[in-house]
Parts: sequence; C-alpha cells; structure tokens
Amino acid sequence: MPWVEARVVATHDETPSAKTLRLALPAPSTHRAGQHYIVRLTAPDGYQASRSYSVASAPDGSNEIELTVERLDNGEVSTFLHDGLEVGDDIEVRGPIGGWFVWDGEMPALLVGGGSGIVPLMAMLRLARATGRSELVQLILSVRSPVDLYYAHELPGPETAVVYSRVAPPGSARPPGRLTPDDLEGAVQHDGTAYVCGSPPFADAASRLLVGLGVPVDRIRVERFGPSG
Amino acid sequence: MAKFTRGFAGRGKAARDARLPPGQYDIGRGWPVLTAEVTPNLDTSTWTFTVDGLVQRATTWTWDEIHGLTPSTFSGDIHCVTTWSKLGVTFAGVSVDTLLSAAKPSPGASHVMARSHTGYTTNLPLADVTDGKAWVVWEYDGAPLEVQHGGPARLLVPHLYFWKSAKWVSGLQVMDHDEPGFWERNGYHDRGDPWLEQRYQGD
Repeated sequence: MPWVEARVVATHDETPSAKTLRLALPAPSTHRAGQHYIVRLTAPDGYQASRSYSVASAPDGSNEIELTVERLDNGEVSTFLHDGLEVGDDIEVRGPIGGWFVWDGEMPALLVGGGSGIVPLMAMLRLARATGRSELVQLILSVRSPVDLYYAHELPGPETAVVYSRVAPPGSARPPGRLTPDDLEGAVQHDGTAYVCGSPPFADAASRLLVGLGVPVDRIRVERFGPSG
Repeated sequence: MAKFTRGFAGRGKAARDARLPPGQYDIGRGWPVLTAEVTPNLDTSTWTFTVDGLVQRATTWTWDEIHGLTPSTFSGDIHCVTTWSKLGVTFAGVSVDTLLSAAKPSPGASHVMARSHTGYTTNLPLADVTDGKAWVVWEYDGAPLEVQHGGPARLLVPHLYFWKSAKWVSGLQVMDHDEPGFWERNGYHDRGDPWLEQRYQGD
C-alpha cells in the first residue's frame, strides 16, 4: 500500500475545532465505510509526522474522499491541517486502512457515536442514504452542545437522533445529560451489528449500555479515538 | 522518497529521540486506549492462563499460581502502530520463557497464537516470544495494570507493535505454522517490527 499524493480540493469548518478536507487521490478510492487513511507531513529537514483520520465520505467510486480533522491543542499534525494547509496543496496519504470497523451497507447497523466519533459513522450513514438503504441504519450521536455537532445540516432524519450531554438546544424535550438506556433502547436491533465510536470513556459507557440492553458482546465493534494530535 | 509538505516545519529532526522508530512520535505521559472490543470485567478468582497446542505438557495457571512463578520485569519502550510510542515504561509479571519451559513446546513448533478472554487473537513467531523478549504482565509502573490497558494481565512483546501485546490475555497456543490473528486478518502485518515499519500486510 503505497504513499500517494493527494491534492486538497476544498475545505470547510464543521465546528470551531473541526475541519473537513476534501482530497483528490490519483485513483478512485477503494475505501469501505468506517475505514481510515494516514496523513503524513514532511518538513524540509526530513522530519515527518503522521496520523490516522477516518473517512467521512461514503464509498462512491470517485477519486475524492473527505477527512474530518479535530483540532487538538499542541497536535502537530492537526494544527497544521487546520492552520497551514490550503486548497491546492498536496499532502501524502496512505490507505484505506482497517478491516474491522467497517460496514458494507447490507446488514442492519446501530451506530453510536460520541463527539468526533461521528466521523466513520457518517460514512456509514451516507452510504445507507446514497444506496436507498436508510432503513438498515439507526444512528445515536452524543455531543456536548449544539456548537460541537458535526454535519449539523445533513444529520437530521428519521434514522438519526442527537443527544446533548452538557447543553441542549432551546426547546429540547430531553434535558442535557449523558447517554442513557432510554436513548438507545428504541434503536437496538436484534439481527445487526453495533458500531460504537468515541473517546475511550464514551466507548466503554456506550458499549456497557448496549450489553445491558441485551446486545451480545460479539455484535459490538468499538473504535476508540485516542488523543493522537 | 517523501515529498516535502508546503509550509510544514515540524518539530525538527535533530531533536528526535533516538529511541523512536521511524514514523513514531513520543506520546509523553499519555497512554491511548485503542481496543476494538467491549472492555471485559475479569475476576482474578476465576482467571486462568493456558499454554497448549503443540506442547508436551499443556499447562494452566490460576492467578495465584502464576504469581508464584519467578517474577520478571521489563523496562523500556512500547510502540503502537497508530504512531505513538511510550518511552521508559516498566511492566512486571512473568517471562513467557518461564511459561513455555513448563509446557515444553514439541519439535516443529514455530509460532504461537496468543488469545484473550475476549476472543481477540494475535499471531507471533515462537522466536519473538522466547529468549527474554515477551512477558505476561500484571503491573505497570508499580501499580496493578488497569483494565482498559489489559488488566488484570496482558501479553507484553515490546519489540513489536503493541497490538501483538494482547490485552486480557488468556493463553498461548503453540503451532507448527503461522496463521493470522484478529488484526492480521484485518489488514495488519503478520510480524509488526516497528523498526522496519511493518504496519500493514505487504509492508
């Protein structure tokens, strides 16, 4: 799997601390929903830094992918991608990577995300919608406050629900608070796979809730996002 | 040959710690948790560790029994394939050599499959878990190993990428051939030497 040069063709802010990069690859991307790419930066003295970022866009046979990058304080790669990178620049990428946290759009899937953990789940939701199979997917996303919500205009739909842990939007029926069994119960399927993505504490809490609701441990796939800057 | 990234100065090659393999960075005091499964709750009163497969004497140890073996510690560095390394760490437990010398691998033994109480597996050449290169550990920097880092006990094979150091390890199956474990079936390298950057299948 070679390093290839990708051109930045567009960028936009998802939130004050998250930015989506649209990259053009030399050839069509073969990624599956849930996979990630590695981005590598090289300085003039040969110093290199690389990090993994989940693909947010659905597999569509094109040579463009979208990565959403959370800005981490002192993150040497994420701060450069936010502040230094411009449309028209080239960066080196390698991928797609990962054969476990993937969904191919054919079986029921319960997607449970916390904060920036939405990114690989968004690729799954977009795949479901693009192929007319939204009924296979239920997405429950927990975010701190409305300003932290990625893809805010695109997310709403009958197959998605957002819960707020700290600050809820005005008029919300649900008071702000952590994910509870009630938030998940209606979305649990009996024949699907659950995909849980978020920080380690979120992933542990959400997967324990699912186990408590009767989801077998071997039907839960977890991706924990580390502070890897 | 890598292409320079316009505008990226980086933190300077000269300042790079010589203990860092290529493509790795020093995570400092942090220790990310990147498990792909639900964190299990394991009770040390029923915990066991087993060496079986191609051995002359398949052996199972309880928590108390494995603590009765000759203790062994590792001090050094660990390297995760997701590019962080953690330098100058200390783990304590028992050497895999001690466990294998009890079970006695049979002639022809060449590989092991490490397995976990969760069902996780990872494959290793026998040579990578013998001669003081691998441990089953239950202490990190003098304290019990926390569950999110694989406690009560995990495998430790620090000269290979850290997914080889199976969390919640339950045993080693000795084999006369290699076969891929969990991540190795999912795109990752069969051996995983960080100094050769053996990250993915084909590297």
